[in-house]
Amino acid sequence: MEVDIKKITILGGYGRNGTKEQVDQVELRMGDLLSIVGPTGSGKTALINDIGLFANEDTPSRRRILINSAAPSEDFLDDPSKNPIALITQHTGFLSDMKVANFLDIHAKVRKNTNPDSVVADVLDFANQLTGEPIITESAMTELSGGQSRALLIADAVIIGNSPIILLDEIENAGINLTRALELLRKYEKIFIFVTHDPRITLSSDYRIVMKGGAMQDSITTSAEEKRIGDLVTHMDKIIVGLRDQIRSGERPVEKEFQAVMELVWLT
Amino acid sequence: MKLIMCAGPPTSGKTTVLRQVIRRLLKKGRRLAYLKVDVQYADEDELIRNEFGIPAKKIYSGELCPDHASVLVLGDAVKWAEKEGADLFVETAGLCLRCAPYIQGSLGFVVLEATSGMNLPRKIGAMLSLADIAVVTKIDLVSQAEREVFRANIMDAAPLDVVEVDALRGIGIDRLVRKIEQAQDIERPLMLKGSPPVATCTICAGKKDIGWEHHFGVLRTLDTDLFYRGE
Repeated sequence: MEVDIKKITILGGYGRNGTKEQVDQVELRMGDLLSIVGPTGSGKTALINDIGLFANEDTPSRRRILINSAAPSEDFLDDPSKNPIALITQHTGFLSDMKVANFLDIHAKVRKNTNPDSVVADVLDFANQLTGEPIITESAMTELSGGQSRALLIADAVIIGNSPIILLDEIENAGINLTRALELLRKYEKIFIFVTHDPRITLSSDYRIVMKGGAMQDSITTSAEEKRIGDLVTHMDKIIVGLRDQIRSGERPVEKEFQAVMELVWLT
Repeated sequence: MKLIMCAGPPTSGKTTVLRQVIRRLLKKGRRLAYLKVDVQYADEDELIRNEFGIPAKKIYSGELCPDHASVLVLGDAVKWAEKEGADLFVETAGLCLRCAPYIQGSLGFVVLEATSGMNLPRKIGAMLSLADIAVVTKIDLVSQAEREVFRANIMDAAPLDVVEVDALRGIGIDRLVRKIEQAQDIERPLMLKGSPPVATCTICAGKKDIGWEHHFGVLRTLDTDLFYRGE
């Protein structure tokens, strides 16, 4: 990455009814974790699309995105290898009828990775930690399941894209191991922006933007108390993931064992 | 005047892209005219005329190859647009992906769908390689990783400017508009950039002059039906 990204700024535009957004400026610094929350249809996806496309008053919201306090260079859009933003959309399917290894190899070259072979191996390793069934490199992209596709896209963005800014649209719907995904992502020093309905993600973020009617309504810094609630929710999630894995593998849950697990998790 | 040729497969979003472009150029005070070339059915001319109130025409090529028809009538169409004091946008039929109705010294762009398959750029030949810009539409329907690989496949097939757009929402269109504004004015004689692939008439045989007056065989003007000229 040639551009040293220190911060990005979202300059507010207008909501769907044409009124100015309540939040007129949001600044994100390297290492920040931001969530975008709000009911469906409130404009969350449109906001990350604005960021992903470096909106310059040229999208319906009329927002502007600045990188290091200046308008981003057109290079970012003209040359994907210079694009500092990776956008993980809600797509859970690929359209390209290419083998997984082949696709990743081309993408690694597009992104000018110096050692495509090892990068491809790293992507698969990352992705397979998030999926139920491992991804086979010889399978066609179109054969991957929804969860496998999302896992591969996340791994691809983090490792091949090596983008300093990563936007993730509702990864909780991906059918992947979300707690593991959050643990893996935190190892990378990047700006992460999550569009989410999930309290685990929201409460472990540094702050959140609340959307309403297509506009940024509020910007809330996560308090220490909220973070503690987030930890509790993560524990609850571990119980549910354990139960899910048990059922998925064909076992039958036993009430007494389940109660014991719940008590154990609450104690830790 | 500027002559802008817009090619691309059916349903790739040519008209949607052009509507967004025309809206923006009219706002900037440019005068525009529009010609749609198609084989047997088109209503884009009415759509454009009703929406923007600019001069708009269509021609049906019928039994002629639509790109050949476009070569024959384009000389007349340029005169028509000049009389209107307008830049001319021509939207092609986009049925045969081998032909490329681009004119030397005019801006030509091909509209391709991001969803159309990774190998499309290698398959369509001159429609892509003789264009100045590839406009990739429907980017909201694919992942960023696939967009980047699709773009790489385009650049691999032909080193052009690639502009990615979501034409329904008007995203990315401003960059295309800037490139159109920078396009040079036409210079006569108007000549095709490349030869269409099968040689059965004077156009096929590589005579690139624009305007029916320069050709023999089965011809037509902008306003007449087919007629025959020759021995």
